[in-house]
Amino acid sequence: MNVELLWWEGCPSTERALAAVREALTDLGLEAVEVSTREIKDDGDAVQTGFIGSPTILIDGVDLVPAAANEQIGLSCRVYRRRDGRVSPIPDPDDLREALRGAAERAEVTR
Amino acid sequence: MSLSIGQVAPDFALLDTEGRKWSVASYDGAPATVVVFTCNHCPYALAWQDRIAEVADDYAARGVRVLAVNSNDADRYPRDSLDAMKDRVSREQWTIPYLHDATQEVARAYGATVTPDVFVLDAEDRLRYRGAPDADYDNPGERAEWLREALNSVLSGSILERPETKPVGCSIKWK
Repeated sequence: MNVELLWWEGCPSTERALAAVREALTDLGLEAVEVSTREIKDDGDAVQTGFIGSPTILIDGVDLVPAAANEQIGLSCRVYRRRDGRVSPIPDPDDLREALRGAAERAEVTR
Repeated sequence: MSLSIGQVAPDFALLDTEGRKWSVASYDGAPATVVVFTCNHCPYALAWQDRIAEVADDYAARGVRVLAVNSNDADRYPRDSLDAMKDRVSREQWTIPYLHDATQEVARAYGATVTPDVFVLDAEDRLRYRGAPDADYDNPGERAEWLREALNSVLSGSILERPETKPVGCSIKWK
């Protein structure tokens, strides 16, 4: 499984997001999975990667939370929704775990 | 250059989403004024918004004024355009005036860096508190406690033990 966190320096949520990903992996017994990070430095990087905000977490290249059709590509902080409806700069921990579990199961099937 | 604690805040003349003009000096007689730099698209600003609105409601009877200012570059971030501000005020039934700092001069004059960035002024428009609304954007139970402490201090004339905290949020989008 490949987990990558895309980040932009204009948002202070990177460390918290990274910690949340690692915690979710630990909860699932997937501590061995490495999490790579990639800085999005400018508008060119954002366009090239389809970056809609920091942090964006890709699991096997797929966005953890699929972008809405009208999402604007660019350097900004991403708005997530917790399962209880609250706005948050990082994904809901349950969404993280669910996505990581699904990716792990798919990897198991294709092995 | 950022406004320092004790310094008189620069006055401004900004229009809100209804086209009304607002300034700090127009509040002669107000015991405290809160200027919050905020925006439409930042998750931190959105997460703290309800708590700031509650403070505005809770302290309105004591004469405290709360002004929200959006200084982001709307050309690059259309979600912070004046039209988007109007839409949000209407949709969310804001009671706080939402001011458009299109030239970004007010944000620069105050030294605001992120959204939200909170400035509490006393009756003489001197800066008494600058920073975050409270310790954790993710905990509504914090109730903008640092902002409330600052207002209580200004209203009672007592010394504020925590006049500055680190503002936490999205960088202001400069032109």
